[in-house]
Amino acid sequence: MPLTRRLAMIVAAGLALPTPGHAQAPTGKLTIVTSFSKEVTDPFKAAFEKAYPGTNVDIQNRNTNAGVKFVDETKANNPVDLFWASAPDAFEVLKAKGLLEAYKPKAEGVPEKIGQFPIHDPAGFYSGFAASGYGIMWNTRYVAAQKLPEPKEWQDLATAPYFDHISMAAPSRSGTTHLTLEAILQTAGWDKGWGIIKAFSGNLRSITERSFGVPDAVNSGQVGYGIVIDFFAFSAQGAGFPVKFVYPSLSTIVPANIGVVKNAPNAAAAKAFVDFILSEPGQAILFDPKIRRLPVRTASYAKAPEGLPNPFEFKWVADAKFDVEKSEKRFAVVDALYDQLVTFQHDALKAATKAIHEADAAIAKKPNAEAAKLVAEARALIAAMPVTEADAAGPDLAAAFKGAGGKDKAPRQAELEQAWASFAKEKYAAAQAKAEAAVKAAK
Amino acid sequence: MTTGTTSPAATRSLGQPGTLVVALLLALFLAAFLVIPVMTVMVAAFQPKGGGGFTLINFVDFFANDLFRRSFWNSVYVAAMSVLLATLFAVPLAYFTTRFDFRGAAIVQTLGIIPLIMPPFAGAVAMQLLFGRNGTINLLLDQAFGFRIPFMEGLNGVIFVEAVHYFPFILINLSAALNAIDRTMEEAAQNLGCSGFRLFRRIVFPLAMPGYVAGASLVFIKVFDDLATPLLLNVKDMLAPQAYLRITSVGLTDPMGYVISVILIVASLVAMYLSTLALKGKDYATVQRGGGGLSRRALGPMDALLAYGMITLVLLLVLAPHVGLLLLSLATIWSFSPLPDAYTLAHYARVFSDSGQYIWNTLLYAGLAGLIDVVIGTAIAYLVLRTRTWGARWLDAVAMAALAVPGVVLGIGFLRTYFGVTLPSGQSLAAFWGMIVLALAIRRLPYALRASMAGLQQVSASLEEAAQNLGATRGRTVRRIVLPLMTGAIAAGFVTSFATAAVELSATMMLVQSSNDAPLAYGLYVFMQSPAGRGAGAALGVIAVVIVGISTYISNRIVERDRAGRAGAPGH
Repeated sequence: MPLTRRLAMIVAAGLALPTPGHAQAPTGKLTIVTSFSKEVTDPFKAAFEKAYPGTNVDIQNRNTNAGVKFVDETKANNPVDLFWASAPDAFEVLKAKGLLEAYKPKAEGVPEKIGQFPIHDPAGFYSGFAASGYGIMWNTRYVAAQKLPEPKEWQDLATAPYFDHISMAAPSRSGTTHLTLEAILQTAGWDKGWGIIKAFSGNLRSITERSFGVPDAVNSGQVGYGIVIDFFAFSAQGAGFPVKFVYPSLSTIVPANIGVVKNAPNAAAAKAFVDFILSEPGQAILFDPKIRRLPVRTASYAKAPEGLPNPFEFKWVADAKFDVEKSEKRFAVVDALYDQLVTFQHDALKAATKAIHEADAAIAKKPNAEAAKLVAEARALIAAMPVTEADAAGPDLAAAFKGAGGKDKAPRQAELEQAWASFAKEKYAAAQAKAEAAVKAAK
Repeated sequence: MTTGTTSPAATRSLGQPGTLVVALLLALFLAAFLVIPVMTVMVAAFQPKGGGGFTLINFVDFFANDLFRRSFWNSVYVAAMSVLLATLFAVPLAYFTTRFDFRGAAIVQTLGIIPLIMPPFAGAVAMQLLFGRNGTINLLLDQAFGFRIPFMEGLNGVIFVEAVHYFPFILINLSAALNAIDRTMEEAAQNLGCSGFRLFRRIVFPLAMPGYVAGASLVFIKVFDDLATPLLLNVKDMLAPQAYLRITSVGLTDPMGYVISVILIVASLVAMYLSTLALKGKDYATVQRGGGGLSRRALGPMDALLAYGMITLVLLLVLAPHVGLLLLSLATIWSFSPLPDAYTLAHYARVFSDSGQYIWNTLLYAGLAGLIDVVIGTAIAYLVLRTRTWGARWLDAVAMAALAVPGVVLGIGFLRTYFGVTLPSGQSLAAFWGMIVLALAIRRLPYALRASMAGLQQVSASLEEAAQNLGATRGRTVRRIVLPLMTGAIAAGFVTSFATAAVELSATMMLVQSSNDAPLAYGLYVFMQSPAGRGAGAALGVIAVVIVGISTYISNRIVERDRAGRAGAPGH
């Protein structure tokens, strides 16, 4: 019995890991904290336990934030081996707190970058295992019933037909939404980028506080369109929901990650799991219809199911200009700006946006130069920003957000937020008034 | 007889020193599992950002902020209106089922508590599929008449959903109070020619005030502190969602979330205090409890029709989300259509095959938490109302503050306080499943406490004095007189604590350390994170509702039998 079992183990390990040199096969309990659903984790758990008999994978399912807090609070006597989630920002937080252990996966066939984005953390603290792009998903029944168009680009979402039909997660609540907005800001430029973002945000029906709230609302037909990470749409299709998905050209693709936690009780098994997930059989599991994520191992696409895109063949326009360092510097500021200018002023922004759509319609019926000028002014008012690009990454804001403030004169985050909110409120009210005046002028 | 009754800590006391010991033990329990863990987290509210020192500047910032001020008033408005609407749902149900020969009273009472059990996530999806902008009702309305009703939009939507969700607090406590009123009062009024609505308004309702106030204040505070419903409806300018959004953002070290939590706690305590003022200076105690069958009046044919019609209507409305949940659990695909495309039992098969442990864990955890809650709740109520123990009022206030502590704060506090403590097995104390029970007990203690308070307020102290004059010790008096007379209220407290603990998630999510120890709500969360898990999550939600429903029905039957038994015994 022990002999056959060991043989089986060697065979299985050999199949799973083409790289030799595993002197000792890992055993025992492997604890993984993850934000992924059962559909994603169960097949990996089963396959890994089969490849490494004697291991027992314990999945602890937590939302990303609770997971980060848990790892942080329990570091004194760390019970967790692996942290496994989408949002790169969560890994950055863990890394900054010194809660991750560097590990270079043995797997081969994974390129260094996807687009301009490094697949594995350059410092080696976490590894990308699947690629995800952001895009627009929609409910085909909803769109057909309400005779709505099918979108292609972010800018489409800012047009009148989409008003009150879209949902998105707040960037402060979803690392991937944040990166999408950041990509728009970097490719279009700070001021123009915010113009695009605020223009389609005025059309949003809801700004949800959790990423999965968006595909949930699209799947059940509560909203028509959702700005989501691709696999939410693919797995919804896999489950049979009437949805479609498109990548706008101004998008970015980012890896979903896994990292070994520092002082892991079973580091050997943790590392074996990372290697397994990046190996050929591990990557193939991503094609499961209930998972539908894009492998980072290029060769895996030979066996991709029908309809799943190969992100390595795309030209990701946004990536060409994506500056990771700049993004990190202003991460918290962009989140807070969006929350104060859009999320918490959404009624005012929507009212102004609606008035602009009405003015546009009136002008389309009966062209009028004065009205057109008023609408342009209204749009400019909505796009106006209280913070310049330089300030956003500047030392003052960084100090306010880190909490070095409290000294005289240095503004506190709470003060800044209040100032931004009243700025937005005032501008949106003025924009609404201009747009309403335009409607009158065009009549 | 004496051996059969449960004896809370208070009963051990044989005199003044005894009550002091009990008070001390209670204080210790609350300090260890509520005050200290919460303080380790909340201290951030009083520190400048980045930590260190003491400051009140964060509170200045709070009141200087438009959004927070607006959120505060929105929360007050929504909580007050929800109490009003919940009263409209609860009073007819409570009144008809306790005062009349009413067929199926136990079933109505059981169905009446079910809205309280709204499984996280699954309940929200079901609500949207039914009442949402493109839910069943609006799709049908739109097809037939070309208009929609915004049930689930804005503050009014929050009020509607909250009232549907939390009216059982009033129903349960008011029913317990109505059952405890001395029926001879009503008979006297009837003999004097009072009847109908006037009888209810002048005699019955005023005597049941403690129960009503207990329920209404719970609804107010719970709604004030609730974040699930506003988030479900995408309303963010209320206090609880603001606190939650700030506390649970990745990597954010912002004191404002904790400042808002402190404000929530203070506001809840003020509301609690105001509600005690409403009862102040009046005596609600009646010497005789409940009473015989005389006052259970028969309904005339027209009245019966009206009563049944009204109750059916209310039940249909408040149970609609659960019908939606049931449909969701049986649906293949349900998207932008009034009803699912097709039906299947596959979700139940899946849940039963790999989630059995969730069900058992939930029963165990919620049951233990409910027991702890009624023991502690009764003990505190007794100390406050029947003894002059120093600081008893404070125990009450601190225990009630638990209602306003966000679950995630309690969860983090537990980890922070107890993770470093290791058990003899080498396991961390915070990883022990018992900690989940304690967290649940702390979070749901206010429900049992309010119920016990209301119950004891209706017991006349003269009965206890009589017993003690006849030589009974304090412990014996509590066991033989007080507890039996409070049975209804204690059962009400247990049911509310148990039912709501069974679907708690926010603190649980922080504390669950192994899926073998996880309760049902956690399993549900795991399922509801993927499109394919939606049906299975709903199935698990239905199972939760059924479990709690059966438990409630059983405890209602026990109370009924107990009352019937005592009513049958002659002579008081």
